[in-house]
Amino acid sequence: MSEPVTGITTPIRMEYRYTPGRTTSDFLKAMKGGRMEGRRCPSCRKVYFPARGGCSMCGREFAETVPIKETGTLATFAVVNVNFANRVIDLPYVTAEVVFDGADTTTMVLLRGVSPEEVRMGMRVKAHWIPKEEWDYSLANIDYVEPIDEPDAEYDSYKDLV
Amino acid sequence: MSGKLAAVLGTGQTKHVSARKDVSIAGLVREAADRALADAQLEWKDIDAVVVGKAPDMFEGVMMPELYLAEALGALGKPMFRVHTAGSVGGSTAVVASHLVQGGIHERVLTVAFEKQSESNAMWALSIRIPFSQPLVAGAGGYFAPIVRGYIRKSGAPLDTGYKVVLKDRLNALKNPFAHVHDHEITYEKIAESPLLWDPIRYAETCPSSDGAAAMVIGSEAAAAKQDRPVAWIHGTSVKSEPTMGAGRDRVNPHAGRMCAQEVYKEAGITDPFRQIDCAEIYVPFSWFEPMWMENLGFAEEGTGWKMVQDGTTSLTGEMPINMSGGVLSTNPIGASGMIRFLEAANQVRGMAGEHQVPDAKVAMGHAYGGGSQFFAMWVVGSEKPTS
Ligand SMILES: [Zn+2]
Repeated sequence: MSEPVTGITTPIRMEYRYTPGRTTSDFLKAMKGGRMEGRRCPSCRKVYFPARGGCSMCGREFAETVPIKETGTLATFAVVNVNFANRVIDLPYVTAEVVFDGADTTTMVLLRGVSPEEVRMGMRVKAHWIPKEEWDYSLANIDYVEPIDEPDAEYDSYKDLV
Repeated sequence: MSGKLAAVLGTGQTKHVSARKDVSIAGLVREAADRALADAQLEWKDIDAVVVGKAPDMFEGVMMPELYLAEALGALGKPMFRVHTAGSVGGSTAVVASHLVQGGIHERVLTVAFEKQSESNAMWALSIRIPFSQPLVAGAGGYFAPIVRGYIRKSGAPLDTGYKVVLKDRLNALKNPFAHVHDHEITYEKIAESPLLWDPIRYAETCPSSDGAAAMVIGSEAAAAKQDRPVAWIHGTSVKSEPTMGAGRDRVNPHAGRMCAQEVYKEAGITDPFRQIDCAEIYVPFSWFEPMWMENLGFAEEGTGWKMVQDGTTSLTGEMPINMSGGVLSTNPIGASGMIRFLEAANQVRGMAGEHQVPDAKVAMGHAYGGGSQFFAMWVVGSEKPTS
């Protein structure tokens, strides 16, 4: 007799149909058109990017749409060296938390064009988009950010976003 | 203290390991619950209600497991309640159970929390693809590493602070027979040389992936009066949360954590936590969260928590012992991890913590956090009835 079967692995799969709300629909439409859009809180005046429906700190609904620049400051980052299920990016890679110019929130994006040892807080970066014909309703239209030839931002200018 | 008096009458936990292949989830929770009842010298018929907690259901792929666990937890015909607050759930589950007694609803409540990480893949569950973002986040470490870097930059802490936290916790774990990681060969050098998984976090600075369960019986003042063994009186409880994404949110020293600490201290009549609390079990899944939470909890001034690690204040024999049991860095059945903190705090003030007992511990704190550092649960327990 062979060994008794005490357990089996049964991979499962679930597919979702995602229906965005009003603000996210507008945001994703702008991304498909190659535009980065944020929303400003009428109370604290902070700009959220990606755009959201309201300010999670003040509880106020947003009304004003604000254009966000493709350049920004790397507030903080991690160098990922660990393998995991569902991983699609080659190791090691750098996840950068970028404050795009015009925004008051950080966005996690992939950093390329610099070796992990040379990455530092305060670096100035610019978004690199996937080819225009592939643009979709997605933040993933921004393929990665890469360093630009500008002096690092002063720590005080981004320290509250670290 | 608010409401009626309540106390921990008994506690139980499993020996935490990477894979408990000999039991189902039901068998695992039953083992912890049986031990809590045995410690409380009570029987199943003495329990009025059951409160269960675990981290997101996707971690095992069993949706609403509390339904199927009702029989294993003796809850047929009794009220049963499930709590969901991500990684902090073990703590908030205990808080819910204590409120059912403090509110005068029940005399004795069994509370249980668990995770059986070997049955699925939590890192996969935490790295799901969201339609409008990049597929970047690499598990919890990927999310927390930039925040840890932020703490290091803000505080100017020496880079080996994290190594010292791990060394302390893993040595403490050797005194705790229930801890998962028992590494007799651990040294500072081995930690410092372990691979950088999510720079600045090294492999040795991360929690293991564990199968385990924890349980407590919480009872009223009248129920506590009937106990032969020492009980842990509940002096204060608090649960707080904040949004994951908010402009101006301080992720290194979250507002909700500070508010939660303030509330639990107020209820427990604590004005100087460093002096009045004898020891604490706090939720540290990555080494650097020890100094970060020391500041968030008001044990240290902002930017100085790392000094208490460096000078040994937080060691088992220090002035403010932290994670005497070895902590989450040595044992992480996610959903149970918060409850283990609460349970270990209770055992300390009962004088029943075994080899990792802090001598004369009278007041202890249990702390848990979860999600993107946005859910917090805390309690303060004491060997004496609360006076405030
Ligand atoms: Zn606002």
